[in-house]
Parts: sequence; structure tokens; C-alpha cells
Amino acid sequence: MAGPEVTPSFSTDSRNRNEPFVAWREFPWWLVAIFIFLGVMTYLILTDEEINQAFVFIFPGITTTLYLTLGGFGLALVFGLLAGLGRISQNRLIRNIAITYVEFIRGVPTLVLILTLAFVIVPAVSASFGIDNRDVSIELRAILALAIIYGAFLAEIFRAGIESISKGQMEAARSLGMTTRQAMQYIILPQAIRNISPALGNDFIAMLKDSSLASVLAVRELTQRSRLHAGSTFRFPEAYLVIVFLYLAMTITLSLLLRWYERRLRVGER
Amino acid sequence: MNDMIVIKDLHKYFGHIEAVKGVDLTIRQGEVVIVIGPSGSGKSTVLRCINHLETPTSGGIYIEGVHLEDKKTDINAVRAEVGMVFQQFNLFPHLTALENVTIAQRLVRKRDKAEAERIGMAQLERVGIPEKANAYPRQLSGGQQQRVAIARSLAMNPKIMLFDEPTSALDPEMIKEVLDVMLDLAKEGMTMVVVTHEMGFARAAADRMVFMDGGQVVEIASPEELYNNPQHQRTKLFLSKILTH
Repeated sequence: MAGPEVTPSFSTDSRNRNEPFVAWREFPWWLVAIFIFLGVMTYLILTDEEINQAFVFIFPGITTTLYLTLGGFGLALVFGLLAGLGRISQNRLIRNIAITYVEFIRGVPTLVLILTLAFVIVPAVSASFGIDNRDVSIELRAILALAIIYGAFLAEIFRAGIESISKGQMEAARSLGMTTRQAMQYIILPQAIRNISPALGNDFIAMLKDSSLASVLAVRELTQRSRLHAGSTFRFPEAYLVIVFLYLAMTITLSLLLRWYERRLRVGER
Repeated sequence: MNDMIVIKDLHKYFGHIEAVKGVDLTIRQGEVVIVIGPSGSGKSTVLRCINHLETPTSGGIYIEGVHLEDKKTDINAVRAEVGMVFQQFNLFPHLTALENVTIAQRLVRKRDKAEAERIGMAQLERVGIPEKANAYPRQLSGGQQQRVAIARSLAMNPKIMLFDEPTSALDPEMIKEVLDVMLDLAKEGMTMVVVTHEMGFARAAADRMVFMDGGQVVEIASPEELYNNPQHQRTKLFLSKILTH
């Protein structure tokens, strides 16, 4: 740039970097508060006998919680992608099936859906395939229920992601002789998935929390184990504070990772 | 010479608006045809019908005798022979320049990676930017992006190249580098249909010029005839507006 040097104190750049006041104003106090809570809880788990007992009983449920979330989300990605592509299909039948699925799921409370899917739909479907109802484990039913519910939400994210890619991309791919499918797979979806990855990450965190609803199916994940502990010892505060701690520790870690990833994504776009 | 593209009584409606009102045009092998006309005259629509990005409402397009509207025609096979360059470049932003010029070769022409990259690099050299092979589109200037887009089409070894206002989105200082590449291509005998307002380029490259207005072909002539002695009042009016500078 030409011209004389501007006094640094007037440039917006130096204000953000050098002036301590602005740095303090943007300091993440909320994160400090959350870490203080997590720190105090860690201290209590290590020192308080009752809380430690609750923790030792509840903690093994984390395996089931993670298993439900990872399994459910993996399947939900498949359902969501298929339904999202169905939503924008040229075929009227496929499009309407996809819209019915999405609107049906979105119109019913998650808890009600989990009960219905696990105790009505899954047994009915497995019976029609000649599979004994009792052979379908309750964990698998919970995973299927979570996947079907989240598939409907992810479908809308995938659809929006695909529609956000300019029409010229599809035209360029088709004009080179690619089929619609090749263009979708190699040109449109890689760009769309990159754009929607923060939204997918948010829904992963939401599913981690909603996996607690599987406790109504008596799946022994974190929440169910807390309820069992509280029910047998009557130590309600200990039992529930421990899972608040565990869920928060997981979700705050994930959302910090997501923020970091989003910032990296934005830098890459420049 | 052989007829490469035959357009017969082409009509195209968008809703109730008739954008193309009966266009007949035959383009021979190796011919460079430049289409000019005011905006909304239907010139881009005709171009997009040639590789079926738009489906004609009625009438027919024949590429080397293959009828595009025939249900039995494999449109993807035809499109592989017809390169298209867009006003907005439409490079694939998630791929490097080299990947942009190889992906369709691999998926459509079924070439292996090494061969596709060899051909891709040769095309990037032809358009003058082999050193940008590993750059992403966002790291390239507009002119460089458009040249990669031309290389991407040429790597498919097309028989026809279509250009839809290829320099209209470029900064003035980048227009020449793109036109130079196109002029070389014309001299090498590529069959080209170009929608453009670059009159200097048209004079240098065109075998024939087509003036369109209101969805119809008004006049077809050599550049000299069209510039010096336009036959129709509408052509005169249009040329007087764009040639005054």
C-alpha cells in the first residue's frame, strides 16, 4: 500500500491485538464457569465417598451411551443422505415418500417416537421378516429408533447442503459427459458435505444427549444407570450430578472441537 | 466438409415465454461460428440446447447425424464429444486444476490415472498454466480459471467446443489471455460455436457470424459483410450500438 504509515492506535487491527481491554471483553468467561463446575465435580468424585460410589456405578454406562450414539449416528447418516436425495428427486413417488418420512418424524415428540419404534414398529417389521421379536436386542432397537429419528433431521441438512451448491457445478459436470449419479458423487456431494459438516457435528452432539432417552427402554446407558443408582440408594443429587458432569464433559469437548474445526474450514475458504 | 451440428426449427419455451422461435442452422466441421445479439435474444439458449443442458420444446438437434432428442441416444456419450465453457467458469472448487482436468477423463473416458494426468498436463501447458496444476481454483485469477476450464473440456478430446460468453465475467486485462487460447484453437481447426461480444476476436476467428434477435436468426454473414454491409435494420442498429467505441 502506498501513502504514509497510519498511526497504529487508530487501525482496527492493533485494537484487537494489542489493547488488553478488548481482549478481556472477548475472554470466554462462560468457558471458565463450565470448567470450574467440571473441576469441582472431578474433585468431589475423587474425594466424596457417596459421589464416588455413584460415579463408580454409573460410569460403565458410558460405553453403551457411546455405542448408541455412534451406531445411531452412522445409520442416521445413511438414512439422512438417502432421504435428502429423495427430497430433491425428479421422481414424484420417491420425493413424496421422502417428504412423508421427514414430516412424519418431525411432527411427533422424540420420546413418543422412541417408544413407538422400539415396541411397535421394530417388532412388526421383524415379524414380517420371520424374525423372533425377542432376538432383536433392546440396544439395537434403541439404535434403530435414534437413527430413524435423526435420519429425518439429517435429510433436511443434506438437502439444504446439496441445494447450496450452484447449478453451474451440475451443468459443468454433465456437460463433460458425467451421469447425474457421477456428478452427485464426485462433484456435488463432496462440496455439500464440507459445507454442512458443522451442522452434522451439531446434530451428533444433539444425538449424544438424546441417547439418554433410550433409558425409557431400560437400556443401561448413563441415564438408566443413574436412575437405577438413585432408586436403590435414594442418593438423588449424587446420581444425577454425576451424569450432568459426564454429559457436559463430553458435549463441551465436542463443541470446542467443532468450533476449532469450523474456524479452520473458514480459513481454508479464503 | 461434413455437417457437424444441424439445428432444425428449434423452439424453446420457458413457461409462457418463447425464448427461441424457430432457429435453423448448420455448422460444418472445423467451422468457427460466432453468435451475437442483444441480451434475451436466445443465443445462449440455442448454445445450451446443442449439448442438451436445455431440452428443446420442439425441433431437433443433430450432432454428427445423431438426433439428441431421440430417447435411444446416450446423451452422456454425445456430451463427451461436445466441450462447453461457461461465463462463470464453473470449475470444481474442491479439486486442484489438474484434478479438474482429469476427473471427467477418468469417469467418462475411463482413462487410468497416469494417462489422464499426462493428457491433463498437456492441456494445461497448451493454455499456458502448467505451473498452476496443483493450485485450487480460488488461488487462480479469473483468466487462469477460465483457461483451466478450457483445458478441462479439451482434455476430453471433443469434436466441438461451445463457448457461452467466456470473457464476460473477466476483468479487462484478463480477456486477451483467454481469447488468445480460443484463437489458437480456431486456427487448429476445432469446430467452435461462440456466444460473445468481443468483436475484434470475432473478426479474427469467425468463418461466419450469426446475428440473433428476439429468438430468431436475423442474419448470417462473414464478419466483413456483417460489419461493413449489414442487410437488416436490426443488425445495423445493434452493431451501431456496440461498434461506436
